[in-house]
Amino acid sequence: MEFLGIYYYWVFVVVLMIGFYAVVAKVNLIKKLIGLSIFQSAVFLLYITMSKVSGGTAPIFNDEITGLLYSNPLPQVLILTAIVVGISTTALGLGIVVRIKEEYGTTEENEIQEIDRR
Amino acid sequence: MKVLFGVFLLTLLVITAVAIVRTKNLFVAVMLLGIFSLLIAANFFILDAADVALTEAAVGAGISTVLFLGALALTSEHERTATPHRLLSFAVVTVASLVVLYATFDKPTFGDPNAPVHQHVAPWYLEKTPEYIDIPNVVTAVLGSFRGYDTLGEVFVVFTAGIGVLFLLSARRGPSGRRQTAEPPGAAVGLRHDVIPRVVGRLLVPFILLFGLYVQFHGEYGPGGGFQAGALIAAAFILYALIEGEEQTLRALPQSALNALMVGGALLYGVVGLAGVFLGSNFLDYSVLASNPVSGQQMGIILIEAGVGMTVTGVLLSIFHAFAARDRA
Repeated sequence: MEFLGIYYYWVFVVVLMIGFYAVVAKVNLIKKLIGLSIFQSAVFLLYITMSKVSGGTAPIFNDEITGLLYSNPLPQVLILTAIVVGISTTALGLGIVVRIKEEYGTTEENEIQEIDRR
Repeated sequence: MKVLFGVFLLTLLVITAVAIVRTKNLFVAVMLLGIFSLLIAANFFILDAADVALTEAAVGAGISTVLFLGALALTSEHERTATPHRLLSFAVVTVASLVVLYATFDKPTFGDPNAPVHQHVAPWYLEKTPEYIDIPNVVTAVLGSFRGYDTLGEVFVVFTAGIGVLFLLSARRGPSGRRQTAEPPGAAVGLRHDVIPRVVGRLLVPFILLFGLYVQFHGEYGPGGGFQAGALIAAAFILYALIEGEEQTLRALPQSALNALMVGGALLYGVVGLAGVFLGSNFLDYSVLASNPVSGQQMGIILIEAGVGMTVTGVLLSIFHAFAARDRA
């Protein structure tokens, strides 16, 4: 359990930073949005990791079995809504990218800046 | 065994993420992102978050892939420019990683029942849900009742994002916009001419819809609720649109109906909240909705979950249609 816990936190950091890298380094706007989705998923993973109680189960009561240990429902609620909000905001970002493509004819950031400078 | 499984899933997650960032082909990146979502959903599931896993699988692997593909169809499938300042970016990311890694050493041990996150209100929710609300799924109880304000806010964010996409993509194309050549009518209407997708798709759509409704109305007893159901129902209609084409889908569920769903869901949520005020209690307190506080709470949760489901369905489908209509124009 000890090793798995450290592994969870480290995977969170690695995935977070892979997303961060895509956001800062990539020039293509769609790739940046993909990076943002990965970054977001890493945060979700951290929250859900923290909600776990060892030996616990999903926080859904069962009449027949009592005395169970349940994992923490609160981070789960926060992330559940965050996922749906995340896809809506990603869709908004994609909408903006589509409009940029229509106006500038490109989705590469450097080319957009080039056109703006002219 | 569980440790092995967890390590396996997490390692696959990292490999997929690296592949997504490395590939130059955006189509491949989007497909891999779908796999990434499915893997993370599996991770959520083994971390006891059944509701979250269901949402992530429906939203991340289903809807998000479709939306990204819709955007790719309107832009380009290839990343043209090589990454500039690669070393500088690596340096920034490395420094940031070290900071976050350093922070993780202070975090409580994984699964520790005495971690601070388990000390605050969460035990109270677990203890009081049977008494105040009496539904088995604590996640739904917290989402719908204890933290109803939060959820109301999230629904409005989803609603606002939907309106934003409609505003952005329903604008007429400017003179500088590059007009694509219109397809001859009837040339490529969905996958209607491919036998296997058509037969399998037609068979699946009603069952996905039925499952969506089950998830909506069984959310108090098992994993589920409005957010997941909304995504599932939207996915069923998107599948229908992929098989039968846009027109047919808009005939089955016209844009006006989607607008009504979007607005109606958010309004229903707000009205249920206000009903509490008018019946002499606080905003979003459902106890006064029925003669008995517990059944009032249950009624309130069912109503607001219905509102959430309506808004999410309406918004996701409107966004999908906005992208698809842009493609046709």
